[in-house]
Amino acid sequence: MSERTTEREVGRSRPRKEDARLVTGQTTWTDNIGVTGLLHLAILRSPMAHARLTRVDVSGALGRPGVVAAFTGRDLAATTASLPCAWPVTEDIVLPDHPAVAVDEVRYAGDPVAVVVARDRYAAADALEAIEVDYEPLPPVLDLEAALADGSPLVHADKGTNRSYVWPLATGEDYGAVRRRADVVLRRRYLQQRLIPNAMEPRAVVVTPLAASGEYTVYSATQIPHVLRVMLSMVTGVPEHKLRVVAPDVGGGFGSKLQVYGEEVVALDVARRLGRPVKWTESRSEGHLATHHGRGQVQDIEVAATSEGKLLGLKVDLLADMGAYLMLVTPGIPILGAFMYPAIYKMDAYEFSCTGVFTTRTPTDAYRGAGRPEATYAIERIMDELAVEVGLDPVELRRRNWIGHEEFPYTSVSGLTYDSGDYEAATDKALALFGYDELRAEQAKRTESGDPVRLGIGVSTYTEMCGLAPSRVLRDLRYAAGGWEAASIRMLPTGKVEVVTGSSPHGQGHETCWSQIAADVLGVPFEDVEVVHGDTRSAPQGMDTYGSRSLVVGGTAVHHAARKVVEKARRVAAHLLEADERDLDFADGVFSVKGSPEARRTIQEVAFETFSSHDLPDGMEPTVNAEHLVDPDNFSYPHGTHLCAVEVDTETGRTSIRSYVCVDDVGRVVNPVIVEGQVHGGLAQGIAQALYEEAVYDDEGNLVSGSLADYLVPGAPDLPEFTTDRTETPATSNPLGVKGVGEAGTIASTPAVVNAIVDALRPLGVRDVAMPCSPGRIWEALRSARAGREAQKEGRS
Amino acid sequence: MTRISVTVDGTTYEDEVEPRLLLVHYLRDRLGLTGTPIGCDTSNCGACTVDLDGATAKSCSVLAVQADGSEVTTVQGLAANGEWHPLQKAFHEQHALQCGYCTPGMLMAARDLLRENPGPSADEVRHALEGNLCRCTGYQNIVRAVLAASGAAGPAAAEPSPQEVAP
Repeated sequence: MSERTTEREVGRSRPRKEDARLVTGQTTWTDNIGVTGLLHLAILRSPMAHARLTRVDVSGALGRPGVVAAFTGRDLAATTASLPCAWPVTEDIVLPDHPAVAVDEVRYAGDPVAVVVARDRYAAADALEAIEVDYEPLPPVLDLEAALADGSPLVHADKGTNRSYVWPLATGEDYGAVRRRADVVLRRRYLQQRLIPNAMEPRAVVVTPLAASGEYTVYSATQIPHVLRVMLSMVTGVPEHKLRVVAPDVGGGFGSKLQVYGEEVVALDVARRLGRPVKWTESRSEGHLATHHGRGQVQDIEVAATSEGKLLGLKVDLLADMGAYLMLVTPGIPILGAFMYPAIYKMDAYEFSCTGVFTTRTPTDAYRGAGRPEATYAIERIMDELAVEVGLDPVELRRRNWIGHEEFPYTSVSGLTYDSGDYEAATDKALALFGYDELRAEQAKRTESGDPVRLGIGVSTYTEMCGLAPSRVLRDLRYAAGGWEAASIRMLPTGKVEVVTGSSPHGQGHETCWSQIAADVLGVPFEDVEVVHGDTRSAPQGMDTYGSRSLVVGGTAVHHAARKVVEKARRVAAHLLEADERDLDFADGVFSVKGSPEARRTIQEVAFETFSSHDLPDGMEPTVNAEHLVDPDNFSYPHGTHLCAVEVDTETGRTSIRSYVCVDDVGRVVNPVIVEGQVHGGLAQGIAQALYEEAVYDDEGNLVSGSLADYLVPGAPDLPEFTTDRTETPATSNPLGVKGVGEAGTIASTPAVVNAIVDALRPLGVRDVAMPCSPGRIWEALRSARAGREAQKEGRS
Repeated sequence: MTRISVTVDGTTYEDEVEPRLLLVHYLRDRLGLTGTPIGCDTSNCGACTVDLDGATAKSCSVLAVQADGSEVTTVQGLAANGEWHPLQKAFHEQHALQCGYCTPGMLMAARDLLRENPGPSADEVRHALEGNLCRCTGYQNIVRAVLAASGAAGPAAAEPSPQEVAP
């Protein structure tokens, strides 16, 4: 009977509860928080990529008006430990010390050098100018291959190497043997440029101390208030029970706020030292240097296949740019991709290796997709190359290799068990929406006519491992924490409901979706549910939000907690109705006795009866509230097919996206309009990697794209109208059937766009364009292809 | 210090300010009107967009002293008599926001567009919002919302005039 109510909220495009405060400006961004006596921090950052600090003198700053205190790295190192890395991926990983503020050496442009505390943000910024620092330049380390060569300058001289780790994986048959029986072996190198996440809200942190009792409240623009609390306690020595962490309204994250940042540590330490509240707010340009970057890999990928295009084996060797330090999950990011290179395809052998390399650049870490977009890019690019090599349409090549819908559950060559999927259905739907055959016909016509504006068609299929993560798998991968999520449900005396979640939203719409889930199970109105999150005092347990995990793990926890409430309430209702629990039906929030529907109690009435506790079953604890923690058994595996048509002007190198169609299968959907929005945003970021964005460094290690004036976050005219649709193959690993949607769009769109560009230009001899495929890069690729053709012609004549 | 008088969302404020104080910091730190956020330091993102004497301005690129004698409308002044502005409604209904950080600036820029061009095409909407960056939505639902607001209300009715909202 409860299934009937399930249809009411889950699956419905509810406008979001979150919006009211956001559209009216009644928000609580961290920088909005003001308290009496608030002091402001400003941070002096290294202008050099690599240098020894021979002198840091903050005394000049202390004399400036409004300045309360100033600290060097050495001062702060006395009371704070190294910033944490929670994912040492190998036993012998090189894990350097990472002071929140540099002590002896700076290792990237932007590395903090000193801190000023002043009465307002202007005074703090002014006083930075009065700090004297002597830098003794050291050589920058920028090229990943050169960094590994003997005699390279070292980022961390005491470690004797720039190699952080080598992480290998070999599964299935022996790759060498499989390669020997292949008709075709293709090898390519792809470059994953560094990206700057650029969540619209810059980072900020406010710490309010209660000096008398040694308690601290840390407000931070973070994705991970719970993890942050544990880590801040370990790094600063403030006992965990004296530390409250709050993630108020958080303006986007995309992985960049999945971090324990030095500024958070410094703010807490300074508040402790001074016994006064402090605030630090990042400027955008500062963030480009100081907020971790994403991607940054050199990918060597090789496929072995038959002449019919049947994949036999895959070999991948990565060089992954760690940047100067290993931050929270830096080393693990490429490892999240390791399992995804085989994608949706069947093959016999897989060999993978990743080498983590230190450079004198901003540390890298999670950025939307985190390892999985990189993997999908490489495999989907080389699949297109293989299609050309064996003379097949790229869609047909994929068809010949993918796992059939009847083969699920299927254990991939890399060892993941894909629980469900239907790649045929998603692809067929996408092809129809796109008008694939018509576009191919138009393309042929235009190629033939020598149209200077070429039409290109790009395809990308994908799957991803989401719903991070089964804790035992995390243990095997040497990740320090678990992958569970917590929820509890409080039935208030008046029948209203509080859902407490350990997930920590920053734009995803948890308040709306969790309300939908709870309303269905409890049979209460959507409006009667309030979702409590992001404060370790009111939502004490959680593993927070990243890796498309919130709905899959956190939403499942809400579902289970609500079921527990119903079962407890059933006991009370049965007692009140003088019936046996087994004789009660529950539907639409009403318990009724089978056969006598007039004998009934609503769940709200039960909540009040439990509050008064005047007539509960003997021995029953006077509550129907419940808590549930979920540790997933498996990952979830969204998948989909994306198709992109581009027009590339061969005279200017300019690309415009003519149409973009994607069909994603994210399992069952709680709120379709929110899912669509997640896909849109993911597409925008994936397309941005393909066409627009890159963190550019010069030869000295200076970040050239150091502001939004130099780093092209696309605006509305830079992106097309998307056509999105879904197929729905429920996940079998959770009762909601959901798979997660936060990263899907980002994962598939980058290769779809680049495949389209290369498809447009292949008749002109272009085999690859490095991202971002700017007009300049495309024009260069065309020019060098033309030069190659002419040289070939001359060679023949 | 310079003395300024600025009317923000219908209330007139008089203050002594440093000549270098940015309007956005004046709004946020002095007046406590934190509905207008700051997203960058190069005037690229548009999150801090407000209406300054009838035209949009990026309040990170205006000094508070330049706003002396001016009328400023922020996102916090859009609703009238407890009723949301048609654009606020449309953004909500069309799911045109996710994290919501760009939303105040988007609303102000879209409002300016609809005043100038009450019936814009999708392409015109995209170009009008060029100076406002959003990292969450891919802009599609923002465009949808602006079109919905223009279509639903029509130019004259899009925003109640001061006379109409007066009690």
